[in-house]
Amino acid sequence: MYRYDEFDHQFVRERTAQFRDQAERRLRGELTEDEFRPLRLMNGLYLQLHAYMLRVAIPYGTLSGRQMRQLAMIADKYDKGYGHFTTRQNIQYNWIKLEETADILGHLADVEMHAIQTSGNCIRNVTTDHWAGAAADEIADPRPVGELLRQWSSLHPEFSYLPRKFKIAVTGAPHDRAAVKVHDIGLRLHRNAEGKVGWEVIVGGGQGRTPMIGVTVRDFLPEHELIAYLEAIMRVYNLYGRRDNKYKARIKILVHELGAERFKAEVEAEYARKPQASTEVEERELARIAAYFAPPPFERLPRWSAAFEEARLAQPDFARWARNNLAAHKVDGYTIVNISLKPEGGIPGDATGDQMRLMAQLAETYSHDELRVSHAQNIVLPHVKKDDVFAVWQALDAAALATPNYGLAGDIIACPGLDYCALATARSIPVAQSISRKFADIGRQEEIGQIKINISGCINACGHHHVGHIGILGLDKKGEEFYQITLGGSSAEHSSIGTILGPGFAGHEVADAIDKILETYLKIREPGEEFIAAYRRVGPKPFKEALYAAA
Amino acid sequence: MTTTEKGQIVTANRLRDGIAVFLTRSGEWSEAIDDAVLALEPEAAAGLEQRARLAEQACLVTGSYLVDAERRAGQVRAAHIRERMRALGPTVRPDLGKQAEGKANSFAAPEGV
Amino acid sequence: MPLLKNNALVSDTWLVLGNDDVLPATGDVIVPFARLLRDFESLSRRSGKLGVVFANVDRAETLATFLPRLSAVVLHFSAFNDGRAYSLARQLREFGYRGEIRATGNVLPDQLQFMLQVGFDAFEIGDRFPLQVWQAASKQMSLAYQRGLFRRSAESEIWTERHTDAEPWLEQPHAG
Ligand code: SF4
Repeated sequence: MYRYDEFDHQFVRERTAQFRDQAERRLRGELTEDEFRPLRLMNGLYLQLHAYMLRVAIPYGTLSGRQMRQLAMIADKYDKGYGHFTTRQNIQYNWIKLEETADILGHLADVEMHAIQTSGNCIRNVTTDHWAGAAADEIADPRPVGELLRQWSSLHPEFSYLPRKFKIAVTGAPHDRAAVKVHDIGLRLHRNAEGKVGWEVIVGGGQGRTPMIGVTVRDFLPEHELIAYLEAIMRVYNLYGRRDNKYKARIKILVHELGAERFKAEVEAEYARKPQASTEVEERELARIAAYFAPPPFERLPRWSAAFEEARLAQPDFARWARNNLAAHKVDGYTIVNISLKPEGGIPGDATGDQMRLMAQLAETYSHDELRVSHAQNIVLPHVKKDDVFAVWQALDAAALATPNYGLAGDIIACPGLDYCALATARSIPVAQSISRKFADIGRQEEIGQIKINISGCINACGHHHVGHIGILGLDKKGEEFYQITLGGSSAEHSSIGTILGPGFAGHEVADAIDKILETYLKIREPGEEFIAAYRRVGPKPFKEALYAAA
Repeated sequence: MTTTEKGQIVTANRLRDGIAVFLTRSGEWSEAIDDAVLALEPEAAAGLEQRARLAEQACLVTGSYLVDAERRAGQVRAAHIRERMRALGPTVRPDLGKQAEGKANSFAAPEGV
Repeated sequence: MPLLKNNALVSDTWLVLGNDDVLPATGDVIVPFARLLRDFESLSRRSGKLGVVFANVDRAETLATFLPRLSAVVLHFSAFNDGRAYSLARQLREFGYRGEIRATGNVLPDQLQFMLQVGFDAFEIGDRFPLQVWQAASKQMSLAYQRGLFRRSAESEIWTERHTDAEPWLEQPHAG
């Protein structure tokens, strides 16, 4: 894992002091709210329905046990004992006081964390594959580039007042778990015919009001050119992105309005025009960072663990959880443990301070002191020995963290929605809870298999509903909440945007509608066919019929 | 039968901690929506807005605005679900927020999903 | 209106002219870009210094050929969060322009440091904030990760510091 050196420490300390000064000036009335708002947003502080909300960056979703403990401490001391892990691999606290925020930022700085640029019209926290460095299918760990981009984008003087927010995702594996095609910039590592690695640069994907799949502007960019090339893209966007309409200000609209070819030509012209510095420093910096991400000292173990197999036979509950919540590790004898933060009827992504501390302790004891936050709002222990998995499960089970529904119908993504969010048009969490209760039977969830149900409480799409196999969007119709259902979205390597199925539903009708959709799938699927594949084969018709057939 | 009065109240967030608050008859800001002063006429509402602006200038609150509401038997209920949420706390955590602190009444509750 | 330059207030000696204002025989003038295009001949024959007001929808490369003759470029912020001028200023510096780059309009202390880093060196600051606030704001951060900024004497570039024995970034003109 990356560790701060004295520069990083000083940088974050100075930033915290700067925010403390700004907050004090605001409280004294020397700054108006209009002047202060962008300053607090660039430090992750929102004003929500009930209080301030602080969004803390978890760069590329990676955390140490110590950092997780600090997040727990903040939850207990400055919030109401819990935090919410988000679809952007961040954590949010819902009950924060402005007058305490600088202190919290100080506590974060103590453990090499910050809230810089978790909001505002700037480059946001870089996200990546939550299995980075562990996944069996990975070409290379994308996190060194993630860290390089974190540093480069932090308080970038030229790109802090962009037309709109800007999100970058990075993946180093052929199976895309970072959704690189639906980000402002997506970077995908791949190997060319000669076996060299380079980056595909994808621009202009996005969700929100106008979901779009990004276009490739460079197929194979050498790693040391990344920073200079991204500067050219950012400059073109900063200069020519629309600022007249906030709904048309994302880079996807610029790419769309200019056309991919003209956009590309603008970027290439800017790239050619910029004074070409030597990239030696960037190369050396990347090498310096990469050394921190050297794999932990894995033991040489047999692929097969007797302890693990015995526990599976002895304990059906463990066997079920192991079947659903483990993923293949690149090293024999190890596995990736996915901790579901989606208990039946629970709030997706919420964890209490105690749960955070337990996960921290498990990471320290069993996972080389590493945790990950996934964009599906779950926590990952990336490097667990198969021999230890049973002990991990027992500890999780005792803390109500062993829900065996990873990747299944109960593993629902939901944004905070109208229960917390000032921008929401409808609630998301209660809908997730009702669906989760409807599918309480894990046996039924297993029969249905891999499915992504994503819920957003407004068109901003923080719940990624456009790329859910089943997407649910909460809207407001004359003061009443109602929900639109889309089918066929995906954020994986064959990305697609879901299509609206028909008229919306009242909140209490949604779970039944999802039930009908999944019943229909069970009827029409071919052996072994996942929901998304079946949908792509048959299209929306049978689902429409099931939902809207004359009663 | 109790009568129902319809009108507007002023709400804002307290600057130092962001808590949703409501302007009262005495010009204070209360966390409890039932304390809110209800303006029955547009002129009265404009007067409340003016008082809220002064409170913003004094750095007590921020982002004030008028909200449609009704009062019945001493209890105030905002017309829109969003405002009822602010008056209560998150519906998914009845153990937290004003609803748990005795600062809200069930009259204000949004209907469940 | 006085200008903030090098953290001190200095008086503005430039005359800002519209498209059709009479051109005085002597003195330093700032003209709109359209006038620069129209009257470049006569403007360059004058003895005083020449500056231009450049809109943030204009393209920096259209100004490139005039830069050797210019001593001031004024970039206007209609709103502090319209960030186009940050890129324009940096582009001008990358073109090798060494004259003044002045920020006017909605210029606030909390954006001052970013402006300095991309190459602005003169600021029309009005009287909304006291001078001390501006002076403090210009040095809140002593470090920057990005390379190729324009105040290397003021902030250290972290990556450059970490690898000081590496080849230096292409020499940049320093503002001011
Ligand atoms: S999707 Fe809308 S309601 Fe949900 S968190 Fe984002 S802005 Fe809030």
